[in-house]
Amino acid sequence: MNTQQAQPDSFVFDSASEAEIVVALSKYPPERKASAVMPLLYIAQRQMGRLTGSAWVPVVAMDEIARRLGMAAIRVYEVASFYTMFNTKPVGRYHLQVCTTTPCWLRGSDDVVAACKRATGITAFGETSADGQFTLTQVECLGACSNAPILQVDDDYYEDMDGPRTVALIESLRKGERPPAGPTINRSGSAPEGGRKTLMDPVHSISENK
Amino acid sequence: MVRVIVDGTPVDVPPDFSALQACEAAGKEIPRFCYHERLSVAGNCRMCLVQVARAPKPVASCGFPVSEGMEILTDTEVVRRARRAVMEFLLINHPLDCPICDQGGECDLQDQAYGYGTGISRYHEAKRAVTDKDIGPLVKTVMTRCIQCTRCVRFTTEVAGTPELGMVFRGENAEITTYVEKALTSELSGNLIDVCPVGALTSKPAAFHGRSWEYKKTDSIDVMDAVGTNIQVHARSGEVMRIVPRVNDEVNEEWLSDKGRFSIDGLKRRRLDRPWVRVHGKLVEASWQDAFVALARRLDGVAGYQIGAVAGDLCDAESLCALKDLMAALGSPNVDCRQDNAWYDLTSREGYLFNSGITGIGEADVLLLVGTHPRHEAPVLNARIRKRFLAAGRGHFPIGMIGQPPTDPTYDVTVLGDGPEALGALQAGGSEFAEAFRKAKRPMIILGHGALTRPDAAGIYAACQTLLSQGEAVAEGWQGLNILHTAASRVAGLDLGLVPGLRGRSASGMLRGGVDILWLLGADEFPVDKIGTETFVVYQGHHGDAAAARADIILPGAAYTEKPGTYVNTEGRVQRSFRAVFPPGEAREDWRILRAFSEVLGKTLPYDTLEAVRERMAAINPVFRQGGGGLQPAAQIAGQGTSAPAAAASVSAPEGRVEAGAFRPVVRDYYLTNAISRASPTMAECSRVYGPAAAVAAE
Ligand code: SF4
Ligand code: FES
Ligand code: FES
Repeated sequence: MNTQQAQPDSFVFDSASEAEIVVALSKYPPERKASAVMPLLYIAQRQMGRLTGSAWVPVVAMDEIARRLGMAAIRVYEVASFYTMFNTKPVGRYHLQVCTTTPCWLRGSDDVVAACKRATGITAFGETSADGQFTLTQVECLGACSNAPILQVDDDYYEDMDGPRTVALIESLRKGERPPAGPTINRSGSAPEGGRKTLMDPVHSISENK
Repeated sequence: MVRVIVDGTPVDVPPDFSALQACEAAGKEIPRFCYHERLSVAGNCRMCLVQVARAPKPVASCGFPVSEGMEILTDTEVVRRARRAVMEFLLINHPLDCPICDQGGECDLQDQAYGYGTGISRYHEAKRAVTDKDIGPLVKTVMTRCIQCTRCVRFTTEVAGTPELGMVFRGENAEITTYVEKALTSELSGNLIDVCPVGALTSKPAAFHGRSWEYKKTDSIDVMDAVGTNIQVHARSGEVMRIVPRVNDEVNEEWLSDKGRFSIDGLKRRRLDRPWVRVHGKLVEASWQDAFVALARRLDGVAGYQIGAVAGDLCDAESLCALKDLMAALGSPNVDCRQDNAWYDLTSREGYLFNSGITGIGEADVLLLVGTHPRHEAPVLNARIRKRFLAAGRGHFPIGMIGQPPTDPTYDVTVLGDGPEALGALQAGGSEFAEAFRKAKRPMIILGHGALTRPDAAGIYAACQTLLSQGEAVAEGWQGLNILHTAASRVAGLDLGLVPGLRGRSASGMLRGGVDILWLLGADEFPVDKIGTETFVVYQGHHGDAAAARADIILPGAAYTEKPGTYVNTEGRVQRSFRAVFPPGEAREDWRILRAFSEVLGKTLPYDTLEAVRERMAAINPVFRQGGGGLQPAAQIAGQGTSAPAAAASVSAPEGRVEAGAFRPVVRDYYLTNAISRASPTMAECSRVYGPAAAVAAE
């Protein structure tokens, strides 16, 4: 692992981040402020996304977090590298995270992956597209199997995906649009497609309970 | 006490014991990788599985607390199968490179695979490989061998106090690393080699040099600092191959400083292996006979007070004793073992000892460091302070420091000032630390040579005494004033009375041309160019360092691994070492050289055997009678030391005033503090990588 690669020389939290840090720190007793390491890493990652278009946590940011929280830098590196949600390497403006765990796979995640590759020109997981817009990552179960397959873009879940809808999503992202997150088929949350299918008769259900 | 039953045998153990410790108490061996007595419990290797009655599945004994009546089974079919399975898992990713692994022969994984494994593997898939890390000039890494026990992470974090190693990523990708490539900054990093149960962390300087079973093992004492670390010298064909620590819970636990472990390549370089005599301004090789005759001729007719001797920092007590006796035979009162001109209160032994004892650090409730940076002066002792600091918990062991720490002390300190004025402020009270000190039951002061080598040392010492006497709750019998020495030979020198006698000159007086003939016994730690040009210098020692270059006659002596010797550590503990190898060439044991020369002079010293010298030492100071394993805390021997001839020396009583001015660091570059470490390429490399102590830059 080459941590030296593409690392910025300095990192300072901007005022928006500082406001978030105050909130994060207020949740823990002062002598246990190291507990705020995950929120702070996330704040740093979002700030990088905001300011540079690539949401990741450089080493200097981790060092700054260690300093603020009074912990050894290596402890921050350990946390940041343990969780896949923290990007320790630069990513594209849009981070495409495709779930390929069994339920999503059974529901066609292979098509989603293929569509992502086709639409972005990426050839393998972990790569960033030539234009720097997209990074494709393989992730494990996102906990939304009832809406499988899932494509997570940055913090948003796009659900019930298939190949064509994936291509369409990527095209609109490329245009700078962010389609609303959630199911991409005609359903609300994880309710049945096309609306309610059971317990249609309110009288029936009430009389059952009598 | 709690009664537990291990394999049918009842044992009583303290309630905070783990099942593993209880099994050990019952004499059962429990295999383990991640568990280490002196580190926190991680419980991640699962090798220590045992069966506990009524538990549904095997439990990891290292993290399982005992309870009354618990029944532990360590040798059932379930346990044996569990161990075999864990072994098989551990070996999945472990390379089969034992034949080229430096840990081979002393590898826990090898031994336990042999003892508890199945002997075959059912794994045919690809093994994972991990890139090696560069963590400095001392510790070599072969990370594919790592079994992720995290002992190294816990050692650097807990004992060394330099949290730089960690386990990053996870699962299959987990690896031990510093993440950003850097050299570990600890003075205790060599202990990682011992702590790592496999061959992932091994000695870089000793890589591929030898096998553990080829070595002849000799017990010895480290002389790189004044802690008196118990070591074992491993030698092969007359060459010291490595040095490892021995366990002594009262001194070094099981740690050894990096200088003590890695200076050994300095033992082979720049050695004085034959006598030299200066003829017409040039040093020429000579025989012992010629050198002795030349020296005797030069001494002929010189009055006793014109002769002087200074003893260095690495000397054994035997040679110090012979040097003192030779000077006495020559009628000279000029003898000094303090080449740094340190001042001590020589009226009793307590005046120059670490009186609380090293284990006393564990009992202290507040600590004040005056003119000392133990991390550089005694790394192993510093680990004790850190241990106490961690055990006490945040804020419960206040540590004050007078003098700026050149590097992180590895515990939180309150810097109370730069120089002795701060002691006055403490006496006046008012500050939070001053209040804590006043109320403490076991207040402790460590007084270092940053203070003791100043002209106002006596005043500083008196101020420390006053400060301690102001304590309001000091426990009965507690001795809080501690001198931290850096020279391994210093306490023995003081015990034997190697201080100027009546109208005698001190080391600095002798250097300033106070004597015509100056005998340097391994004394190198002073500016050699200060020696008057007229002075005739005899250098007796083992390394061709600065002083040897200035000498008119060189008498080659033996280094600490090459002679049996007695050393007294900073707490006054008398310890003995044995000869591991023979000195090179013509070099001889130092007391024998002095004895042989006394014969040439016709003033033969009255001893001819090691036992006889030791008898003589015991006659000078009864402290030495307890040598050879007689290990007791300074506080106990202290009383008997009052008859020490040191008391007869001309010393000023502990009074006088203190002057302003910051304490200077005692150790400028931890890695280069004596003739052996300065000759060591490994230490030179460390010095290059870690730079001289930050203090030098700051000056
Ligand atoms: S390097 Fe050695 S001590 Fe460190 S985790 Fe690996 S096996 Fe354990
Ligand atoms: S398997 Fe994809 S969200 Fe659970
Ligand atoms: S020794 Fe108990 S889990 Fe490793």
